[in-house]
Amino acid sequence: MSKLDLNRREMPKQSPEIRKSNFNEVAFGYTKELAVAEASRCLQCKKPRCVEGCPVDINIPGFIKCIVNSEFTGAIRVIKEKNCLPAVCGRVCPQEEQCESKCVLLKQGAPIAIGRLERFAAEMEVAREKFELPEKNPPTGKKVAVIGSGPAGITVAGDLIMLGHEVTIFEALHAAGGVLTYGIPEFRLPKKVVNREMEYIQRLGVKLITNFVVGKTRSLQTLLKQYDAVFVGTGAGLPWFMNIAGENYNGCYSANEFLTRMNLMKGYQFPNSFTPIIRHKKIAIIGGGNVAMDCARTALRLGAKESYIVYRRSEAELPARLEEYENAVEEGVIFHFLTLPVKLTADQSGWVKEMECLKMKLGEPDASGRRRPIPIDNSNFTMPIDGYVVAIGNSPNPLIPSTTPELEVSKKGTIVADLETGKTSMDRVWAGGDIVTGAATVILAMGAGKKAARSMHEYLMKN
Amino acid sequence: MFEVIQKEMIVPNLHLLTIKAPEVASQIEPGQFVIVRSHQDAERIPLSVADWDREQGTVTMIFMVVGKSTARLARLNNGDNIPTLVGPLGKPTVIENFGTVMCIGGCYGIGSIYPVIRKLKEKGNEIITVVEARSSYLLYWLDKLGKLSKKIKIITRDGSFGIKGHINCLTEIMEKEKITPDRIIVNGCTYLLSKSSADLRSLNVPIVVSLNPIMIDGTGMCGVCRVTVDGNTKFACVDGPDFDGRLVDWTELFQRRKQYMNEEAQLVHSSGCGGGHE
Repeated sequence: MSKLDLNRREMPKQSPEIRKSNFNEVAFGYTKELAVAEASRCLQCKKPRCVEGCPVDINIPGFIKCIVNSEFTGAIRVIKEKNCLPAVCGRVCPQEEQCESKCVLLKQGAPIAIGRLERFAAEMEVAREKFELPEKNPPTGKKVAVIGSGPAGITVAGDLIMLGHEVTIFEALHAAGGVLTYGIPEFRLPKKVVNREMEYIQRLGVKLITNFVVGKTRSLQTLLKQYDAVFVGTGAGLPWFMNIAGENYNGCYSANEFLTRMNLMKGYQFPNSFTPIIRHKKIAIIGGGNVAMDCARTALRLGAKESYIVYRRSEAELPARLEEYENAVEEGVIFHFLTLPVKLTADQSGWVKEMECLKMKLGEPDASGRRRPIPIDNSNFTMPIDGYVVAIGNSPNPLIPSTTPELEVSKKGTIVADLETGKTSMDRVWAGGDIVTGAATVILAMGAGKKAARSMHEYLMKN
Repeated sequence: MFEVIQKEMIVPNLHLLTIKAPEVASQIEPGQFVIVRSHQDAERIPLSVADWDREQGTVTMIFMVVGKSTARLARLNNGDNIPTLVGPLGKPTVIENFGTVMCIGGCYGIGSIYPVIRKLKEKGNEIITVVEARSSYLLYWLDKLGKLSKKIKIITRDGSFGIKGHINCLTEIMEKEKITPDRIIVNGCTYLLSKSSADLRSLNVPIVVSLNPIMIDGTGMCGVCRVTVDGNTKFACVDGPDFDGRLVDWTELFQRRKQYMNEEAQLVHSSGCGGGHE
């Protein structure tokens, strides 16, 4: 047996000094040579545990084998059997918690870089400028409405169109993609990648109607008269705030607002775009997840002198992906761990100028299994800031639940749906993604979409 | 795309825009609003709706040119298409048989209060309409409003039509004419809304104001439209836009509305005559 290659190939990136002042994608991606070298490390396990770690069951050893043999068209074909968004997932999936966490080479500290290889396969397809359209099942004559064009909705649409159903997506905003478009910044997920994936499912035959708010423009009940089945994938909606004094001062945002201005409305190009943004000097981002990292890094790129992440637990509990945390550190984001904002003060015209915080310490583990942060008495201190962004999560979008009394919702406001099938309490209505689970990841929403599509197809073929 | 059916300047700086949007026209109720974008790269701006025709499938908005985005909207012509008109957004104005309702409109609110009055009338209310403008040349739709109202009072600041004064002379008029409304509804600029709320609160009746903070998505996602009402944060786009003006934190709302004043000025200046973007 040949010696194990434990050299996990790094993906070339823009250097921190350069990238922190532009919005171009941080990673350049693998070259062919790097991709083949990385793929060649794969042991092609007989029982590939990596596939178990993938929420959408991609045949991982299969596509890696293709890359080893420089069969790049074959690689993307294998991935697209299960995943209609490889260019997105290769970039934003938390592979370290999923497929890569199951890789047998993890013990040696060098799991196969599955995400990077997936991204590479998708990019090779783009480079060829030739997209293969797979053969679809014959038309079934069944009509499906998908509400929301985020990861869950796109997956349902992509799967059901392949199975021969007629699919229409309704999107409330003027651009499709959901969180991929309004939320994740250009430097992490270029919008041309999202647009490409949207074009792909439209070429498969999916109809896309933007500027359409189900629950307002048309009710879910009316849609049910026009379609055989409906999938609700409306995502995380209402932003949470800290509920501390002063959060409505000028210069204070939800992460949704901050990122929507930048991404959906192209605020980073202002004044060459039309939605205004403010270039803050010292900005504090509250929260420790990927969204918080996105906000802090966006602020730096807009010229902030100091961009802080303020997180109430310690570095060890940070929920962001390690890669995003490292990128943020490299770019110069300043981390204030074990710190809790308690009050904001403003200048005379109502602009935020100072944030009062408490120091925290870690106590016993709480319900989430993480050690609970406890305030330290009399540890108050203040930080001068001119911008403040709350990135602690969202509650589910209430537009459909509030206009559809028949639809069962939990105390948290999420739609109650069977986790295996996505079936809701309403006949012919399925749901999945953040509207069911609360804010989670792109790939989990896609996994839920897969399951719902399977269950919807079963139903449609029986009825 | 949504076709422009009619576009005209009805008085200086106030424009009427009728757009083909059958889905929205079929659902909209008085007090709701829409979000429009004039061009593919344009900002999303919320506009109150002044009328609609369910059969023709059109909605009509009246808006004032205040900055770059409204200026671009005002340059549209009949037959043009706009990429976004989404709605109806927000909750409709609560309309029941209240008895006597005083409806106050100013600026674009002279238009948006019209469908409110129309439905109030259908429900059997007696309506006293108050229209406020700087000068007679800024008044419009007085006939339409007058026909539905028991009384119509017109106030102009320069006295060129109706009563000379400002909205602050309203209490005096009400005393003189013994007007005792059971409810007050106000549409128009933030100043008109706040001033009416302050002056009329002693009447101890609800003062329903249609707020107009900054918005982006209009569906509750971004929270830029948050206002403090009775000490609680509300999102005007989904919880409103109507609130009781007696409970609104007006100082905060005025400050929040000014957030992008510098940037908006920069936009107007940096893009010259504005003709280059189309």
